[in-house]
Amino acid sequence: MLTQHTVRSFDRELDYLAKKIAEMGDHACSIVERSVKAIVQDDYRLADELIAEDVILDKAEREIDEKAILVIARRQPMAVDLREIIGTIRISSDLERVGDMGKNIAKRAAVIAGTRQPSSFYSSLEAFVALALRQLNEVLDAYAKHSLDRINAVRERDGTIDAMYTSLFRELLTYMVKDSHNITACTHLLFCTKNIERIGDHATNIAETAHYVITGSYPLLERPKGDHTYEVGMRKEVS
Amino acid sequence: MNPRLKIKMCGSNVKVFYAQKEILHGIHLDIPENRVTALIGPSGCGKSTFLRCLNRMNDTIEGARVTGQILLDEEDIYDPSVDVVELRSRVGMVFQKPNPFPKSIYENVAYGPRIHGLAKSRVDLDEIIEQSLLKAGLFHEVKDRLHDAGTSLSGGQQQRLCIARAIAVRPEVILMDEPCSALDPIATARIEELIDDLRRNYTITIVTHSMQQAARVSQFTAMFHMGNLVEVGTTKTIFTSPGEQRTQDYITGRFG
Ligand SMILES: Nc1ncnc2c1ncn2[C@@H]1O[C@H](COP(=O)(O)OP(=O)(O)O)[C@@H](O)[C@H]1O
Ligand SMILES: [Mg+2]
Repeated sequence: MLTQHTVRSFDRELDYLAKKIAEMGDHACSIVERSVKAIVQDDYRLADELIAEDVILDKAEREIDEKAILVIARRQPMAVDLREIIGTIRISSDLERVGDMGKNIAKRAAVIAGTRQPSSFYSSLEAFVALALRQLNEVLDAYAKHSLDRINAVRERDGTIDAMYTSLFRELLTYMVKDSHNITACTHLLFCTKNIERIGDHATNIAETAHYVITGSYPLLERPKGDHTYEVGMRKEVS
Repeated sequence: MNPRLKIKMCGSNVKVFYAQKEILHGIHLDIPENRVTALIGPSGCGKSTFLRCLNRMNDTIEGARVTGQILLDEEDIYDPSVDVVELRSRVGMVFQKPNPFPKSIYENVAYGPRIHGLAKSRVDLDEIIEQSLLKAGLFHEVKDRLHDAGTSLSGGQQQRLCIARAIAVRPEVILMDEPCSALDPIATARIEELIDDLRRNYTITIVTHSMQQAARVSQFTAMFHMGNLVEVGTTKTIFTSPGEQRTQDYITGRFG
């Protein structure tokens, strides 16, 4: 771990930014978690609440940006400090996007209120969102503790999210084929699963930013890809 | 380091002793041609001492002794056959405090070319003085008052006068020891701009205690600590992701 700055107030400013990121992370996770709950429990009131809550993350992102710019102007940070501040700006933008994903799921939850799918679908959906949020929580905690091993592990696990996404995608297609009255609801659910898959991508982005902050270099570009939805419906699916 | 860069000066195992105390503990450092190399590190780490080795200014300090080797274009500057006055015209120096002679602006710049016999005539000398003041970015401000005292100029102008004085003897290398520490931000910015212009024709080594200045003006940075060279690299690497903990601690303000 780094020692303290000679100017203590600089440490306090950096601590403040770190604390804000942690808060944003908690809030983003909570919005997403509850938005899926609104779908699973068919609760459109909860969905409406969440749509209004997204503003909190937008505000938090702006506050972090302003504070970060002020720190740069005031301290002219170098090396790891500079990387950390730039990292903070990037991560807060990823978290704001995660909040948007949650808001979008909530909007769709309100639209499809009253429709139902087989209960197995909802348990898969819950497992899926739990996995995406576990990735997000893990990367934020690993970043806060500067644990490079855990950060790299998050990146490597993104393939699992993609694989689950492909499987849910197929499941929803099957429902649509079976009952054409179900196409609208399933299409909304398809976008919801896509949003959750995107949350996994944001966790991966954050892992890459965190890697850069800690080491000064980016991790290698190749990593396992499990998203095969672009192959679904091809005449001969590539396995 | 980029292998296409020519090494203008090269220090190997440079040690400096004041009385019997070893101050620099065997420095190895290459100074690439037409680049600005910044020497950074906490006060007392030996930056100025190393800089003074590069034109044998330490010879003038009572009790100072230098060992090891310093090459200028592959020739050992400590070789007994070297003419020190001639060396110092090839490797000029600008100090922390602007130190014009108590003479006119003109005479300040004319002094070097005269003692080195660089001007064949008065016209020649006038030309050298105009060119040197132009290169130092001072000519237009002083062209109507060349015979006023050098000390009548502002601090920033005096420092540029000292740079003109160094340039007038056609040096190849210019050493600068915290050249902006006595100047305000605008005067500092003008000197930094000038350093950037000068590196086209000269090789520059600058000691600075301002991290931002080192980051702005140099292409290479060498970090000193307690008489040792901790790390040298491209300025970009040193200020974004240095390799050594001591460098990181120093440039981020975490020292001691
Ligand atoms: N003329 C001198 N006689 C004895 N010690 C000196 C002399 N000049 C410098 N020193 C010592 O040498 C060390 C390096 O000094 P210097 O090169 O001026 O450091 P810097 O320029 O990095 O601040 C310091 O400990 C300083 O006290
Ligand atoms: Mg000094």
